[in-house]
Amino acid sequence: MTIETRAVETPAIETPAIRTPAAANGLALETRGLCKSFGALTVADQINFRLERGARQALIGPNGAGKTTFVELVTGGLRPSAGQIVIDGADVTDLPQAVRVKRGLARTFQITALFRRLTTLENVTLAIAERDGVAGGLIRPAGRHNRVIEEAFALLETLGLADDALRPVSALAYGRQRLVEIAVALGLSPKVLLLDEPAAGVPSGESGLIIEVIERLPPDIAVLIIEHDMDLVFRLARRITVLVQGRILVEGPPDAIAADPQVRQVYLGEREHGRGGR
Amino acid sequence: MATEGLVRPRLKPAPRAPLAPQQAIDAFARRHRYRWWEALPWAAAIAAYVLFPSYLPLGAQILATILFALSADLVLGYAGIVTLGHAAFFGTGAYTAGILAVHGWGEPITGLLAGTATAALIGFVSGWIVLRTTGLTLLMQTLVVATLLYEAANKASWLTGGDDGLQGMEVWPIFGQFRFDMFGRTGYLYCLAVLFLCWLFARHIVYSPFGRSLTGIRENVRRMHAIGAPVRRRRLIIYTIAAGLAGTAGALIAQTTGFVGLSFLNLERSGGVLIMLIIGGVGRLYGAFIGVPLYMIAQNRFSEIEPVYWYFWIGLLMVLVVVFARGGILGLSERLRR
Ligand SMILES: Nc1ncnc2c1ncn2[C@@H]1O[C@H](COP(=O)(O)OP(=O)(O)OP(=O)(O)O)[C@@H](O)[C@H]1O
Ligand SMILES: [Mg+2]
Repeated sequence: MTIETRAVETPAIETPAIRTPAAANGLALETRGLCKSFGALTVADQINFRLERGARQALIGPNGAGKTTFVELVTGGLRPSAGQIVIDGADVTDLPQAVRVKRGLARTFQITALFRRLTTLENVTLAIAERDGVAGGLIRPAGRHNRVIEEAFALLETLGLADDALRPVSALAYGRQRLVEIAVALGLSPKVLLLDEPAAGVPSGESGLIIEVIERLPPDIAVLIIEHDMDLVFRLARRITVLVQGRILVEGPPDAIAADPQVRQVYLGEREHGRGGR
Repeated sequence: MATEGLVRPRLKPAPRAPLAPQQAIDAFARRHRYRWWEALPWAAAIAAYVLFPSYLPLGAQILATILFALSADLVLGYAGIVTLGHAAFFGTGAYTAGILAVHGWGEPITGLLAGTATAALIGFVSGWIVLRTTGLTLLMQTLVVATLLYEAANKASWLTGGDDGLQGMEVWPIFGQFRFDMFGRTGYLYCLAVLFLCWLFARHIVYSPFGRSLTGIRENVRRMHAIGAPVRRRRLIIYTIAAGLAGTAGALIAQTTGFVGLSFLNLERSGGVLIMLIIGGVGRLYGAFIGVPLYMIAQNRFSEIEPVYWYFWIGLLMVLVVVFARGGILGLSERLRR
């Protein structure tokens, strides 16, 4: 069973998309020469990144490599110092976060960022209402938007969260909260999904549930997984990008990455130290 | 019957019984339905009208202040916008209605609407500027807006009467029929009717998708951005609406007491309404209905006896609320019921 999501209905009035050749070659997301520094610290250094439609790609790298910053740059939470961000062939570098979401870009957070005092169902409902453009409505009560609620509930069912639908998110076990993270993002019916350490903080025994959910994501969504858990990465990713100090070190299929001496030295070596600390 | 189990889902659901989609929908729909206890404040207000005829002027002030606190709740309790300048809108509404009445337009309903509109306009313009920030910066900026308005009203004494306040307001009968009488009967019922309408409006907002998205903004702004919500626009809309309602409250007090002064704009007014709201319970729509009467009646009693101690008691009450009853009296009663 795959998780069903509806296609995003792009609003009729839209900022004219600047079409670039990338649209033709099937890239869901591309960055060109992306740079970002915090003062003297460079956290994104000429990142040329490509994510194909329907991709299952991982972005790995040691702590502080700039992975989360990369997500922030792509989603529009941070402004790049230089470079371009292209979603589905359209340059979105100067567009606000909300517009990028409408273009099909969704993300999850490394540190759970949910509406803690609201129910699981309402967390997802808010996202779906936003996607459908009904979230600013003042006329009809939220409780009468049956279609939105039904869809939210159906989504929770496919993720095995239906029993928790009416409980506040703060009352759920952490592993389940991580699933709600993904559920809220899926409520947006994204074309590109950026998962920032989806299994972070989840006991390794329980991460299977999250892996399973990611495996069942609709095949047409391009998924980028940022993760330290190598089992998860090698199970899910068909392509791996290694980021070190804001720069792409190498990129390729999993076996090539695993065999790459540079990666072993710089990244996988450090992992052994890092593991105990997490 | 097969549907039997669904009729009363709240009575001990069978353990692990899978939730049906219809139950989820019902749970949502239940929220905006009227509950019996929502009639209580109105029943109490009507009872007070009958039982305490000599306190109606105070009663009218309480009703209008409830509206003021309700508008603060929309901003603070729902959208999570911290403000120390809400009196700016209250005062704007009051001065607008007052100045109209002094200059020969004492028709109350249009005066009230004018007060509402002017306050909403000030809310929109100032909100457009200050809502770029959040937290402490925002708090300071709302304070600055209120202070600027206070100083402006102080300087423009030709218009506002400055320190002495507006003198000689003449408010005409409501609908040309109901004169504002010296016992405050008309004033009380006028305030009650306006409060009721505004409450219906506020309640409708809170349960609308827009209202829910405000709650989302309060709970987690970053996530709201991440799901593509136009956060700033939503905040500005509710800020404008709440400013308008605060203006309505100010105009009500101006019209029923026949006086507007600088105290309508000062920090004490902004802070006081927050204290009343916090005592009652923030973000619950009904906190204003509990905190305001409690505070104002107690203040009325105490200040007759020993005004100095009033602040002592209020301070003590605030400490108790913060330590034992986060969420105010309503929050406490919610916890006790569980
Ligand atoms: N707003 C900021 N201001 C200054 N420095 C920042 C800011 N955000 C991140 N950094 C720094 O940028 C670097 C990259 O951080 P980032 O969170 O992107 O790393 P990461 O690869 O996601 O690491 P982790 O694996 O620990 O999540 C870190 O050194 C961090 O301290
Ligand atoms: Mg990170």
